[in-house]
Amino acid sequence: MTALAELLVNGLASGAVYALVALGFVIVHRSTEVINFAHPSLLLAGGYLVAVLHDDIGFWPALGAGVAGAAALGALVEFVVLRRLRSGSHGTLSIVTIGVDIVLTVEIARRIGAEVLPLGDPWGDRVVQVGGVTIAQARIAALGVAVAAITVFLLAFKYTSWGVAMRAAAEDRATAALMGVRLGRVSAGAWAVAGALAALAALFLCVFPTPGLDRATSFAALKALPAAVIGGVDSTTGALAGGLLIGVTEALAVGYQDEAALLRGGFADIAPYLLMIVVLLIRPTGLFGTRELARA
Amino acid sequence: MSPPALRVRDLTAAYGPVPALRGITLEVPAGGVAAVLGGNGAGKSTLLRALSGVLPFHGGAVTGGEITAGGTSLRGLRPDRIVAAGVVHVPEGRHVFARMTVAENLRAGSLGARDRRRAAEARDRVHALFPILAERSRQPAGLLSGGEQQMLAIGRALMAGPDLLLLDEPSLGLAPLVTARIAGTITEINRYGTAVLLIEQNAALALRLADHAYVLETGAVALHGTADELAASDEVRRRYLGVATSGEDEEDLGPGPAVRPLARWAG
Repeated sequence: MTALAELLVNGLASGAVYALVALGFVIVHRSTEVINFAHPSLLLAGGYLVAVLHDDIGFWPALGAGVAGAAALGALVEFVVLRRLRSGSHGTLSIVTIGVDIVLTVEIARRIGAEVLPLGDPWGDRVVQVGGVTIAQARIAALGVAVAAITVFLLAFKYTSWGVAMRAAAEDRATAALMGVRLGRVSAGAWAVAGALAALAALFLCVFPTPGLDRATSFAALKALPAAVIGGVDSTTGALAGGLLIGVTEALAVGYQDEAALLRGGFADIAPYLLMIVVLLIRPTGLFGTRELARA
Repeated sequence: MSPPALRVRDLTAAYGPVPALRGITLEVPAGGVAAVLGGNGAGKSTLLRALSGVLPFHGGAVTGGEITAGGTSLRGLRPDRIVAAGVVHVPEGRHVFARMTVAENLRAGSLGARDRRRAAEARDRVHALFPILAERSRQPAGLLSGGEQQMLAIGRALMAGPDLLLLDEPSLGLAPLVTARIAGTITEINRYGTAVLLIEQNAALALRLADHAYVLETGAVALHGTADELAASDEVRRRYLGVATSGEDEEDLGPGPAVRPLARWAG
């Protein structure tokens, strides 16, 4: 029973981190209708900044710099690449983001080399005991920070002018423009927020029990893509639900791999994608997706 | 004398190689109401899109001419700058943000306002004009009736505090009673000093509301004059008001009963 409780807490913690990444996919998709395949490279860039800066300026300033840097990089990609291609179809733009991802990832991976860079986080490998359940401090921090970041994001999305502009543009671009909404600003803002959330996620993908940032960290980010798809790529609620589902599924698959032969040999790695396929077979628009229904 | 709310000179626009506006010249006096009449495809909606800067969203572009509003040149400006210049366009088909609440729709309308601090004041005015929007404030806009959505679309545009309101077919698809209600509010809005450029298929309604009117045909102004002049002109009566006139024009109207006024036009 305690084993299950540990698995669930760890699963929720990594699920919350996936949700951060999935939210990035969702907000970029909502504001520009592009699936942002460059998202993992933004995550890697944010993590890399934290890794190289924390020795000199301390962990918290480094984290701030990583978040700001990834946000700036996201806005830059939007401004330099996507805005020039506005006339292209959404499919074309999505493929362009694959190119952007490859360019950025190769460059950062070259800088990282074969090393594993620690992020200098204050939690280390310390654990806390709660009623016989052992949980790493880093996992608790992940859960807390992710929940806080997501809450702030959702409140902003619901109540600020920025959020109203985002939602108006997502629903009807031409009409939002008639209201005086600056669409370029809205989409650059979406990319920046996605980058910032990705940088936060990068931190928690690289702390205990993971040794640190390496060139493969961005693969972990790709697991959040099925999370976004499971939730329905246009739904913020869906991104949260999808992230948590993926996190818990993965934790359980890892945790019970010794008991069930099926789960052995890296099943946990493919579990998110299997889950995505099953969900899509039952609900083609994802758990909370509405777009197809609305456009019918 | 203050400059006109809108002055358009030789405006041309095209969708790719296809010309849609071929040299439009028109004027809306400050605080006045002008109407643009014309059949489907005459270029009425294209004209409003050109004025509000959203033609590129529909695959078109302004190719020539001048647009000035209250002394500011609007041609080539981004839509948000045009809103900031005090010209706000209510699109045909209402286009409320269906997934957002009524209150959020109004808030979206204030995003481009010159002075956002006056949003609360603007909202009170909109609520006074359309009390139903205050009652339904927390409902998703998609659940409103057609008439209520039209009120919301107009109310949302008023949130930006426009000097000139561009209205595209506000009576489209509405019952006569609701149309009369909307017509009443257009007069009300105008009385508070906002100039209106009204596009309508319901010519009787448009000519009643407007001081001046322009008749568009295949992208050019075919006729213009005061609303009374146009309402009295044989051609407008025959083609847009559905009133039979005696004389040589009758043969191309087909068999007799077809020229009886339609109920909608009496609205």
